[in-house]
Amino acid sequence: MSMTATAGRAHADPHHIGLVIGHPGPAPKRIVTAYGFWVFLLSDIVMFSCFFAAYAVLADQTAGGPKGSEIFEQRNVAIETVCLLLSSFTCGMASIAADVRNRFWFYLGMAVTCLLGLIFLVIEFREFADLVARGYGPSRSAFLTSFFSLVGCHGLHVSAGILWLLTMMAQVFAKGFRADVLRRMMCFALFWHALDIVWVGVFSVVYLLGSGV
Amino acid sequence: MLGKLDWSAIPFDQPIPLIAGAVVLVGILAVLAWVVVKGHLPYLWHEWITSVDHKRIGVMYILLASVMLLRGGSDAIMMRIQQAVAYQSQGYLPPEHYNQIFSAHGTIMIFFVAMPFVIGLMNLIVPLQLGVRDVAFPTLNSVGFWLTATGALLVNLSLVIGEFARTGWLAFPPLSELSYSPGVGVDYYAWSLQISGIGTLVAGINLVTTVLKLRTKGMNYLRMPMFCWTTLASNLLIVAAFPILTATLAMLLLDRYLGFHFFTNEAGGNVMMFMNLIWAWGHPEVYILVLPAFGIFSEVVSTFSGKALFGYRSMVLATMAICVISFMVWLHHFFTMGAGPDVNAIFGIASMIIAIPTGVKIYNWLFTMYGGRIRFETPMLWSIGFMVTFIIGGLTGVLVAVPPADFILHNSMFLVAHFHNVIIGGVLFGAFAGFEYWFPKAFGFRLNDRWGKLAFWFTFLGFYVTFIPLYVAGMLGMTRRMQHYDVAAWRPWMLVAAVGMAVLTIGVICQIVQLVVSIRNREALRDRTGDPWDGRSLEWATSSPPPVFNFAFNPDVRGEDAYWDLKTHAKQQSLGHDAPEYHDIEMPRNSPTGFVCAFFATVMGFALIWHIWWMVILGGIGAFATFVVFAWRDHDEYVIPAEEVAAIDRVNLEERRSLVSMAGTV
Repeated sequence: MSMTATAGRAHADPHHIGLVIGHPGPAPKRIVTAYGFWVFLLSDIVMFSCFFAAYAVLADQTAGGPKGSEIFEQRNVAIETVCLLLSSFTCGMASIAADVRNRFWFYLGMAVTCLLGLIFLVIEFREFADLVARGYGPSRSAFLTSFFSLVGCHGLHVSAGILWLLTMMAQVFAKGFRADVLRRMMCFALFWHALDIVWVGVFSVVYLLGSGV
Repeated sequence: MLGKLDWSAIPFDQPIPLIAGAVVLVGILAVLAWVVVKGHLPYLWHEWITSVDHKRIGVMYILLASVMLLRGGSDAIMMRIQQAVAYQSQGYLPPEHYNQIFSAHGTIMIFFVAMPFVIGLMNLIVPLQLGVRDVAFPTLNSVGFWLTATGALLVNLSLVIGEFARTGWLAFPPLSELSYSPGVGVDYYAWSLQISGIGTLVAGINLVTTVLKLRTKGMNYLRMPMFCWTTLASNLLIVAAFPILTATLAMLLLDRYLGFHFFTNEAGGNVMMFMNLIWAWGHPEVYILVLPAFGIFSEVVSTFSGKALFGYRSMVLATMAICVISFMVWLHHFFTMGAGPDVNAIFGIASMIIAIPTGVKIYNWLFTMYGGRIRFETPMLWSIGFMVTFIIGGLTGVLVAVPPADFILHNSMFLVAHFHNVIIGGVLFGAFAGFEYWFPKAFGFRLNDRWGKLAFWFTFLGFYVTFIPLYVAGMLGMTRRMQHYDVAAWRPWMLVAAVGMAVLTIGVICQIVQLVVSIRNREALRDRTGDPWDGRSLEWATSSPPPVFNFAFNPDVRGEDAYWDLKTHAKQQSLGHDAPEYHDIEMPRNSPTGFVCAFFATVMGFALIWHIWWMVILGGIGAFATFVVFAWRDHDEYVIPAEEVAAIDRVNLEERRSLVSMAGTV
């Protein structure tokens, strides 16, 4: 954005605020895409916040069933967290590799990201399956309902992310590092990092706060 | 194999939906047959269904809204007749059916009439006003439209296959829970809103990005036309509020499908949480609808007064203030839930505060008209009708924002009258004003003036005759959603309201006649200059209808009222445009992605409603495959060569030169 003084351009500044901030015109495609995707991510976080709110309202409504402190296993959650945070790092490596058009490191970074994501999902799935087997499924109490929904919603996003990740690998394989593929890769990376941020919220609100009670 | 679906789903014992369904089916088949026989199918497919042109998508949104307006309107007629005849009798509608009608009426009018109408107008006009070629994500735009159409289709399917919700338009639990609504009605409701809600979110993201990132050279924030500002505010609200709806409906569906306990009576579920969530979306929704209408009135009032909008900056401020405050008032929808006087007082005051920026707007419109050369064309009539009507609606709104008053008026016909007062007087009048105002831009010819004015007067008077009696009935203690009643004092008011409904219907018929007459006389009504109203913003700077690329070269904006400026300067310097230098233009290629997505969404939605699980999986795979195929495209753009751009633009410039010599008088 360039700034020009008003002298001689009173017409451009009818309210005499002193400065005319020139607008350069439409932004380049890369900016537009990233911006739009950010707006989508914000809306997605609004959706998550509803499930967080529901969890906050229902956390004490155990209806005679187990409380959070009785079912959460710190060790599993720690491993999950490490996996997800590491995967964010490897995803970042893959993005850098894509930017410098290095296929080998791109595939390696994406493959490790995929693997870590899958490990996360397997641990989460086992936690859920174990709870259901013990009779603590989501229909046991409102607390478990909100717990399964909030954590499951995040898990669903991770699953979709892995599907997207594999599609991206296939796209780079078939199309190479074309401009539109790179834009999609950028969106995918934003998505994956955002899931990390949401997980930090889940980890803190559900597991850390819940275990103490 | 077919889940819950069997022959009992077709209501053979109920003549009204069956006959209505048959008529609609015959109508659709007739239109389809006509299209195929006349050989219009390839044209429709290539030019409209797969189009990613924002103008065409906008037109299709408005077409969808108009068709659904007829559907929602017939529901309204049926309700008014029922309440007129149901004094000490059962009326002509069985309770089951009546409950479905009022639920469907509300759902359709908000989600499938008001929403597509305003989104359609925004789609059509905003890129033109910003001086750009398209929206930020053209293909996504098409996906958004077709998902909205899917939702509308599912709602209409419920007329013949199965049933619709009997819960009111917001499906409050526990009534909407499986134990009280075991049928598929609520599932129809939830899935159609879920699917169309995703379409709306997509449109919101698209328009926010368009306004913030795609303005032409020199188009500062404080030079954007008011309609762009209100579009921005409205779509920010969509992006912030619609995910709440998605989450809430997902919770309700989890309760119904998998035995979860978000909103159930037992196992610790919390019904009031649904009220909070749904209204945290629902209140901003009101402003999502009315803010674009405010933008339309700003454009119309300024154009037909021949003056720049009075207090442009205060208007921007008021718009953004409404955008923010609308998120802080949701609890006024359930003052009676027992939140306590402190909470009620805070939300009551917050609700009343919204009247301040709205008042600023009304005064600005009045001052814009003051001292102007007012032309009473049809869009201007709708705008003035709006101002009068909306003030009444706003005042009754402040009344129900007083918690003690609300304890008396809660769930009464007074409330029904209030929100129809603001939604019809605000949103619908705005939609009609925008429709009349921008019709020549979209199609290249004006609408017939006489029929337009007749439509306005019948609708305007019909509105008052219908809804003022409902205020009175509410004051007399009549509650909403009444199947039948025994109170003699309500009867006369219900009869008057039914008469008003008839007058309103004449207004609608006038509008249909207007369309037919105008299409028939389109040669006489042709708009050759692209600027039929002596307009002020950039959409009038291009031909009507605009070429696919909107502008041959990016306009350079030097101040507010960009096109008005251009005209006056051209006149002062007694020359037309300088011969511009033309370049090749890249435009996005048409794509069936949106239509195919909607096809699979329809399959999936229908399968989910009837618990046909294999079909759900099939639909899901299809939707994913569509995205992959779309992502695999190698050529997503095509080039319009500079000579072709020049040839198209030269015609436009010729017409415009003659215009410049006449118009632009300050």
